[in-house]
This record gives sequence, C-alpha cells and structure tokens, in this order.
Amino acid sequence: MSIQIKEEPKQYDVVIVGSGAGGGMAAYTLAKAGAKVCLLEAGGYYDPADPQYVTQLKAPWESPRRGAGTTRAFGDFDAAWGGWQIDGEPYTTVKGTEFHWFRSRMLGGRTNHWGRISLRFGPDDFRRGSLSGIGDDWPITYDDMKPYYDKVDRLIGIFGSVENFPNEPDGIFLPPPKPRLHELMIQKAAKGIGIPVIPSRLSILTQKINDERGVCFYCHQCNRGCVAYADFSSSSVLVIPALKTGNLTLQNHAMVREVLTDPQTGLCTGVSYVDTRTREEIQVKAKVVVLAASACESARLLLNSKSGRFPQGLANSSGVIGKYLNDSTGAGRQGFIPALMNRKRYNEDGVGGMHVYTPWWLNNNKLDFARGYHIEYGGGMNMPGYGFGMGMQNMNGKYAYADGNTHPAGGYGSRLKEDARRFFGAYVGFAGRGEPIPLESNYCEIDPDKVDKYGIPVLRFHYKWSDHEIKQAKHMQETFAQIIDAMGGTPVGDFKPSAENNYGLAAPGQIIHEIGTVRMGKNSGKSALNEWQQAHDVKNLFVVDAAPFVSQGDKNVTWTILASAMRTSEYIIDQVKANKL
Amino acid sequence: MKRRDVLKNIALTSVGVATAATGAKADPALNEEELSAKKKKKSPLAGRTQAEADRDAKLLSETFFTPAEMATITILCDIILPADATSGSASQAGVPAFIEFIAKDMPQQQTPLRGGLMWLENQSRKRFGAGFAAISPAQRIQIVEDIAYPEKATPAMKQGTAFFNLMRDLTMTGFYTTEMGFKDLGYIGNQPNVWQGVPEEVLKQFGF
Ligand SMILES: Cc1cc2nc3c(=O)[nH]c(=O)nc-3n(C[C@H](O)[C@H](O)[C@H](O)COP(=O)(O)OP(=O)(O)OC[C@H]3O[C@@H](n4cnc5c(N)ncnc54)[C@H](O)[C@@H]3O)c2cc1C
Ligand code: SF4
Repeated sequence: MSIQIKEEPKQYDVVIVGSGAGGGMAAYTLAKAGAKVCLLEAGGYYDPADPQYVTQLKAPWESPRRGAGTTRAFGDFDAAWGGWQIDGEPYTTVKGTEFHWFRSRMLGGRTNHWGRISLRFGPDDFRRGSLSGIGDDWPITYDDMKPYYDKVDRLIGIFGSVENFPNEPDGIFLPPPKPRLHELMIQKAAKGIGIPVIPSRLSILTQKINDERGVCFYCHQCNRGCVAYADFSSSSVLVIPALKTGNLTLQNHAMVREVLTDPQTGLCTGVSYVDTRTREEIQVKAKVVVLAASACESARLLLNSKSGRFPQGLANSSGVIGKYLNDSTGAGRQGFIPALMNRKRYNEDGVGGMHVYTPWWLNNNKLDFARGYHIEYGGGMNMPGYGFGMGMQNMNGKYAYADGNTHPAGGYGSRLKEDARRFFGAYVGFAGRGEPIPLESNYCEIDPDKVDKYGIPVLRFHYKWSDHEIKQAKHMQETFAQIIDAMGGTPVGDFKPSAENNYGLAAPGQIIHEIGTVRMGKNSGKSALNEWQQAHDVKNLFVVDAAPFVSQGDKNVTWTILASAMRTSEYIIDQVKANKL
Repeated sequence: MKRRDVLKNIALTSVGVATAATGAKADPALNEEELSAKKKKKSPLAGRTQAEADRDAKLLSETFFTPAEMATITILCDIILPADATSGSASQAGVPAFIEFIAKDMPQQQTPLRGGLMWLENQSRKRFGAGFAAISPAQRIQIVEDIAYPEKATPAMKQGTAFFNLMRDLTMTGFYTTEMGFKDLGYIGNQPNVWQGVPEEVLKQFGF
C-alpha cells in the first residue's frame, strides 16, 4: 500500500490542534486579531442550537433506555461524543497503577457537557511549592493572570458573588441564582459547624451580555448543551463566532498525528493529520503551531513527533513531557434528610449545576495533608431518569408511612408509589474536589507496542495516589458526615469510608481534570515550556490546554485554561508584530 | 405553541421565557444564513450519533423475551405498581416494553431476568402445579410475599428475592420515567421558566 500524502498549498499563520477550551480560545483570539488560522478537530461538527444535535428539554421517555449510560458515559442526553473508551483509540496502563481517560471527539471537546464550574486560581495556587515546601511554583503569578481572568469573565460571562474570601479571588460576576431549599439547609447546617457555603461560580448567563447569546431559562441541563447559548461551550461561544470573522478555517475529522519540523532550522512547519473518514494523510503548513488537544493528547503528540533533531520527541530535551500528570482528587457521599420528605412540589430545576458551594476554608499547617479541596453540592426535585426509584428496599422499611405505620423493607403495590413521592427530593449529594501533589512518578508515555486505528502510537499511563490525597479524602468524608449530621440526616448506602477503600477516593483520571504533562517553568532543563507556554526548544510551538500547568489548585481548571490560552494567544500576536516569530 | 416552537424561539431570543411566550422577533445575530439553513433541516438523528441511532434501531427490531415471558413480566409489573387512585398501572405506562428493551440494551441483565422468570415459573409449578401466568391472583401473591421482603425472606427464597428486587428496580424506573410517572410524582420541571428562589410558603415552613 502506498500512502499518498496530500499537502495543502496554503500556509496559515497559525494551525491549532483541538477545539476544546484551550483551542477554542486560541482560535477566537487569533482570528479576531486578523490572523489566518486553521483549526483541526478530530471529532465532528457540533452546534448546541442545531436540531440535529439537540437533547435539551427532552423527556426521559424519548430515550428507549430512559437516558441510561449504555452508549454515553453520562447518559443518552449528555453532550459528549466519546467517553472513557473510544472504539479504535485505546490507551493502556502500567500494571499495578490506574488511570482513566475521558475524551470527547467533537467540536468544543469536553466543554459541551462540562459542569460550568468556573473557578479562578488564587494567588497561593501559583506558589504552593514555596509556601509548603512540597511541589513547585508556577513561573507566573496571579497578577500575571488576573487581567486575563477578568477578560474571560467579561467575554464569556460567569455568575457569582463578591466575597473577599482568602485565595478565592472575586471575578466580574453576573448575579447568582438564589439557593434551592436543600442548599439553604446545607448553608445553615454548615455555618453552625464553621464551614462556609457561598454562591457558586458558574459560566451561565443569568443576564444578557451580548446579542449573540440568550439568557438562562433554568432547565438544569447544561450538560446537554444549550440551544440559547446561555452557558459556556467552546463550540457555541468561541469557535462559531470565530468562524464568522472569515479568518478561521475549521477542519473537522482531522486527527493530528504529529508536528512537522524543518531539520535545518528546528522550527515547526505545520502538522500532519489523518482524515478520519477517508484515512487520507494531509499536511497543513503554518508559521506557528498551537497544541490544544487536551493535556494527555498534547503530550502524546509531542512524544510522537520524533525526528533526528528531536530524538526524545519534540520540545522534550528536558525529558519532562508526560511527567507530573495529575488529576483532582474526588470523594463523594449522599445524605438522606427526613425533614425533606413529602415536600411541596414546585419547579426547582434551576441552572445546570449547584447554586452554592464551599471553597477551601482551612489551614493545611494544622492538618496531616498538604492541599485543600472544595465541596460541590447536589440534590433537589430533579427530573427522573434511568435509576430513579431503584434500591427502594434499602430505604422504605426505615420510615413510617403517612398513616403512621412502618412496613418491612421492599414490598410491592401502591406503597411503592408513596415511596417514590415521599422520598422525592429528600437527598443531598456531596462531592469533594481537591488538589493533588504533582509527582514525577505519575506520567504518561508512548506505549512501545500499541497503535490506534490510525497507526498512531498510543499512551500508556502510570499513576498512583500518594498519602496526601488519601488523607485528604478521609477529611472530605469526615466533613460530609458532619454536615449530614448537622442537617439531621443520615448517610445513604452501605459504604463505610476506611483505609481499605481509600475513603472513597476516586481513581486517578476519574475526576477529568488531568493536567501537567507538558510543564512550563523558568528552567529549560526541568520544563518543556516557558512562562508564555512557548516551547523552550522550538520558539514557534505553543501549548494552550492544561498540559503546561504546574499544579491545579483545588479549583477545576477550565477557567484557567481559558485565561492562559488567551494570554498566550495575545503573546503570539505581540511576537508576530514585533517580528520575533 | 408546540414545544418545538417554544424551543426555537428561545434559541433565537435572549430573554428566555418572557419572549418565548410572546414569540418576539428573532435575534439577527443567530439568524445568519448558514445557521438558519441548518436549523430548518429536520434531523432524523435528534441528538444521537449515527452509530447510536443505528444501534437503537437494531435493538428495537429484535425480540428477546418470548410471549409467555412477556405475559409473566406484565403480571409482575402490575403487582409491583398497580393502578390506584393516583395513577395507572405499570403496564399502562408501558413498563413491560421498557424491560424488554433494557434486556437487549444491557446484556448483563439477560441472565438475571430470564433466569429469574424461570425460577418463578418453577416455584409456581412446584407449589401450585401450573405456571405463574396460569395460577390464581391469590396464589401469585403467596409467592410474591415470599420474595418481596429481602430482610424477611428465608434462605430458600434468596434467589427469588434478588430477582424481585431487580423487577422492582426496573418497574419503578420504567414507570417514573413516563408522563404518567411524572404526574404521579408531581415533577413539574423540564420546561423554560425563571428561577426566583424557593417559594415564600416553603421558606416559612422550613423556618427561613
Ligand atoms: C463530566 C465533566 C464535567 C466537567 N466539569 C468541569 C467543571 O465544572 N469545571 C471545570 O473547570 N472543568 C470541568 N471539566 C473538565 C473540562 O471539561 C476540561 O478541563 C476542558 O474541557 C479541557 O479543555 P481542553 O481544551 O484541554 O480539552 P478538551 O475540551 O478535551 O478538547 C480537546 C479537543 O481536541 C481534540 N483532539 C484531541 N486529540 C486530537 C488530535 N490528535 N488531533 C485533532 N484534535 C484532537 C478532541 O477531539 C477535543 O475536541 C469537566 C469534564 C467532564 C468530562
Ligand atoms: S440551565 Fe440555563 S444555561 Fe444551562 S442549559 Fe438550561 S437554559 Fe441553558
């Protein structure tokens, strides 16, 4: 078989790989500034307002499996084409270690169904190394990032409240939605035991910010994508507007295989991709290459871009690429609140996420683990879907019915309808999301034996939690139990947090905040990128997803991806203007 | 206004519910030729990927349970959720067809379901000399009483209890994910609205 490689004749100013948070922001910023940009996306086209993709406001009976997660990890109506496993695109793990890798293959990547929890890092999150003696500092500070966080707040829109809370900087906020009933109860109970609960910060429009986007109509379904463009998805808010400039060429179904370099100059000349429909190999030439394929995928691309001049992979003279992979910690618990039984019915959907949350409120100097976590809350009279009413035998024997009688657990008949009604909306959910310690020994690398269906060598993961994360999960569980208790409730289920089950600490990767695989730093012997997310070894190569991040705070990272991608894009524009690129 | 039209208007306006109801003029920014052309195109996929739509169609064209098994499933579903003063029965809500689909969609459920039905059939023959569908309603209840209460069931009935738990789970989910189930429950969301906080009387009730 002879593979013919097609070369696109045109040379772009910039080629961007991946259209998620980082790639979308780079495409938007660069195209708006007048650069001729080519955006390559492995997945198909997606527009949350296009009827062919819309799942918003669908009722469960519109899915034969009532929305179960058989073919989509988060259910039939979730706006993610992809999941933990993708046909023909495997990854492997080193024996005795664990990593789960969630990928979306679509315009906008994982920003179509993400939780919209949009937290800036605080000043301390950039200097954990020097503050605690564990881990490393970033090469930049909060002050470097603040103007970009502000711009992202204004451009995309975010609700929240000004709190002056330590290390939880306030942004430019739209009004937050009022708390739901269980959220008021959590707030009250937590306050009594010294745990703050403040309005959440989500990128959802509670007010109009421009003519291109609508306002939230409180359907609680942001993970399905919003026909009104009232929440942030890279597809609707960045890429589609960028296309309207006329400066952006979007190529879907373009799976980038490697970054191309000129052996003489050592500079990038473009990228080579496989058209996933025709399996044709196509080369795109550009003056600047920007990777935004998501943290692990960008590392994979660089490690796979080997040449005589770059034998360890591109931009990897330090050997650091793939190392320091880290994901948020996560642990959860559910509580049952008897006071909420037999509630009055009203439409409690609200926005597609919690209306309140708890930022990290303690001092680690007084604790046996090094980093903090925040708490996300769930609950309410939510729309039933697959799973509703299951496990009733674990609940219905414990509480008396309206007539004052108790019946043995399980059963059948009309009492089960009463069960469904009396327990509806009487549960609260707790999810801790915390900062892990980035370790050199947690990494992804190229699997020496395996390729995917396009012949691209795949990633192999090696990841183990340290004691810090396990102790943090223990603390989370203790906190959840205290709040449930203060609410007069009881924890749900047989789960007993213990050392044997790591206190319910989620396996690495499961929280889907993976970062750190193409580190930035001042020292080119220890990092791959400089403080502008520009390769130390190759000046026209940039990475704008979460791969460059030195650490992730206890803040979900997407708002920081957006701010730093904007910062790097503006730097690229300045460098081009100054003739330095 | 049909739901579809409400949606369309919301997509094209910026003040959510208020304008949706009045059908105000579309927002020019989203009215671009390309976008509106796309919106007009009716899609057969409606939120499914092609591969998912193909898989669903294939499953829907297949049959898993025999007519006799379906008859027993229907009887069981209606014992679990009978019609009463508040709402209809599980079979009126289409639960048996849902269970048929789940068996095809989640092959790991096939053995517990088919095997459980056989277990039940066997019990029925042993105790009453005929299959579950052929015995009297009172005789059926005698068997159900033995397997419906996991904490009280005798060791000999444990497998039957596991099967009944599974049937209860699927019947509950199958019922409450229908329009009839929504009405029974009093769920009134999944529609455009404006959230203005917890209603006053509820705040009062809970001491806020
Ligand atoms: C269920 C869920 C909830 C989440 N909730 C939150 C939250 O509330 N807050 C938060 O901050 N974060 C959240 N996240 C994480 C968030 O989605 C990610 O941080 C963010 O999307 C990462 O952006 P990215 O640009 O790095 O990558 P992605 O969004 O993953 O986009 C990468 C894109 O690149 C494409 N691509 C990959 N490889 C190639 C290639 N070789 N060639 C061409 N294209 C390629 C992919 O198809 C994809 O479209 C959540 C994630 C999930 C799954
Ligand atoms: S909750 Fe609001 S922003 Fe989210 S999808 Fe629904 S209408 Fe859109």
